[in-house]
Amino acid sequence: MDYSLKFKVFKELFIDQEMWKDVIYTGLVNTLLISVIGLFIGIIIGTLIATVKVMPKYKRLPRILDKICTVYVGFFRGTPLVVQLLIAYYVLWPLMGITISALLTCIIVFGLNSGAYVSEIMRGGILSVDPGQTEAGRALGLSYASTMIQIVIPQAIKNILPTLGNEFIALIKDTSVASFVAARDLCKTFTEIGNVRYEFFVPYLAMALVYIILVLIISAGIKAMERSLRKSDKKH
Amino acid sequence: MIKSIKLEKSFGTNHVLKGIDTTINDGEKVVVIGPSGSGKSTFLRCLNCMEDPTSGSIIFNGVDIADMSVDINIHRRKMGMVFQQFNLFNNKTVLENIMLAPVSLAIKDNGGLFCPVAKKNQIKEEAKENALKLLERIGLSDKADAYPYSLSGGQKQRIAIVRALAMNPEVLLFDEPTSALDPEMVGEVLSLIKELASTGITMVIVTHEMGFAREVADRVLFMDKGIIEEEGTPEEIFGNPKSPRLKDFLGKVL
Repeated sequence: MDYSLKFKVFKELFIDQEMWKDVIYTGLVNTLLISVIGLFIGIIIGTLIATVKVMPKYKRLPRILDKICTVYVGFFRGTPLVVQLLIAYYVLWPLMGITISALLTCIIVFGLNSGAYVSEIMRGGILSVDPGQTEAGRALGLSYASTMIQIVIPQAIKNILPTLGNEFIALIKDTSVASFVAARDLCKTFTEIGNVRYEFFVPYLAMALVYIILVLIISAGIKAMERSLRKSDKKH
Repeated sequence: MIKSIKLEKSFGTNHVLKGIDTTINDGEKVVVIGPSGSGKSTFLRCLNCMEDPTSGSIIFNGVDIADMSVDINIHRRKMGMVFQQFNLFNNKTVLENIMLAPVSLAIKDNGGLFCPVAKKNQIKEEAKENALKLLERIGLSDKADAYPYSLSGGQKQRIAIVRALAMNPEVLLFDEPTSALDPEMVGEVLSLIKELASTGITMVIVTHEMGFAREVADRVLFMDKGIIEEEGTPEEIFGNPKSPRLKDFLGKVL
C-alpha cells in the first residue's frame, strides 16, 4: 500500500479544497456546542437532583421529588446514549408533533443524559462537605436552599472538579454518535472527507488526533481551574 | 426570653433529653455543665431547633418554634450560635463569612432577586462597615481577606463569634466554644465571651471550663442523664452542691 498517496489525497481535500473549514467551523463547533452546553445543562440538572437526594425527607414533597429523580437517573443511566438520541429524534419529537433540529436534539439529550451522571458525582461532592458548614449557615437564619447555593455547593464543586472534568471529556468523546441523528459533528465531517474518495485511512487518523488534542487542552484547563479554586484550601 | 417546656429528644431508641423545663430570662447568662452524654449539647441545639425536639415546646419571644409549621429561619436570625468546631465557611474570606448572612437576608427581605441594585449595594456597604467594625473590636482587622485555613483555632472561634454577632442576635448559644482549642488559645476566646457577657446580651453556654462558668454565669444548670439534676447560682452549685451526682461530677473536674 502506498501511504504517501493516502496523505496526498487527504491534503488535497483537506487543504486545497478547504474541507478543513467544514471540520473546524461545523464539526468542531458542533462537537463543542453539544458537549459544553450539554455539560452545562447536566451540571444544573445534576445539582438539582443531588440536592433533592440529600434533602431531609420529613415532608411529602421531597419524597415525591426523590422518586421522580430516581426514575430519571434510572432511565438515563439504564439506556445507551445513542438509544436516547434516536428515541428523542425519531419517536418523541414526532409524537409531540414538534420539529427540533438534530443539533439541538443532541444538546438536549446530552444535557439530560449528563444530568443523570453529574447528579451522582454531585451527591458525593455534597456529602463530602462537612455538615458543620450547613449547620453554621442554617444557624444564622439562612434557608436550606440559600445555604446549599452559597456555601455547600461551591465547596462540593471544588471537591468534584476532577471528576466533573472526566465527565466533560467523556461527553466530548460521546458526541461522536451525534451523526446517528444527522448532526454534523467532528466525526461526521471527517467521515465526509473520507467519503469523497472512499479513502478513510488518513481522515480517521486525523480525527483521532483532533480528539486527543481537545482532551489534552481540556485536561490542562481543568488543572488550571482547580489551582485557582484551591485558593481557599489548605493544600496548594 | 426562651422557655423550654417538657422538652424531650430521642435519637432512635436513645432517649437523650427526658423533659427539660427551664426559662432563660432576658439578659441572663446561663451556663450548662454536666458529664459527657448528659444531653447538654443536645439541649442547646434544641433551643434553636438545630435538633428538632421529639416532644415539648421551645417558646422564643412568645412563639413555639418547636412547631414544625413555624418558619424557623426568621427566629434563628435572632439566635446566634457558636460551635465547638467553629464552622467558618471554608470557601469564604473572613470578611465574607461575617457579611454573608446579613447581606443575603437583607436582600431577601428587600425583594430577593428583584432587589434594586442601589439598595443591594447599600446593604453590602452597611454590612461591610459593620463587619470591619466587629473585626476591629477583636483585633483581627488584618485578617479580613484571609481564608479560614490560614487562621489559628482561637482566631477562627473569635471570628465565628462576631459572625454570629453581625446578625444582632438577642441571644447567643455557645456549644462548647473552647473544647476544640489548643490550651493557649482558650483564654482569648473566653475573654471575648466575658466581654460580650458584660454588654447584657442573653447567653446560654455549654462548657467544661468550670472557672469560666463560675465567673460569667448568673445561673448554672447541671445536667445529667437527660434531666436538669440541679440548678442555681454559681455559688450554690460550686460552693454548696446538694445532689450526690453533682458532688461526684465536681469532684472529678475541679
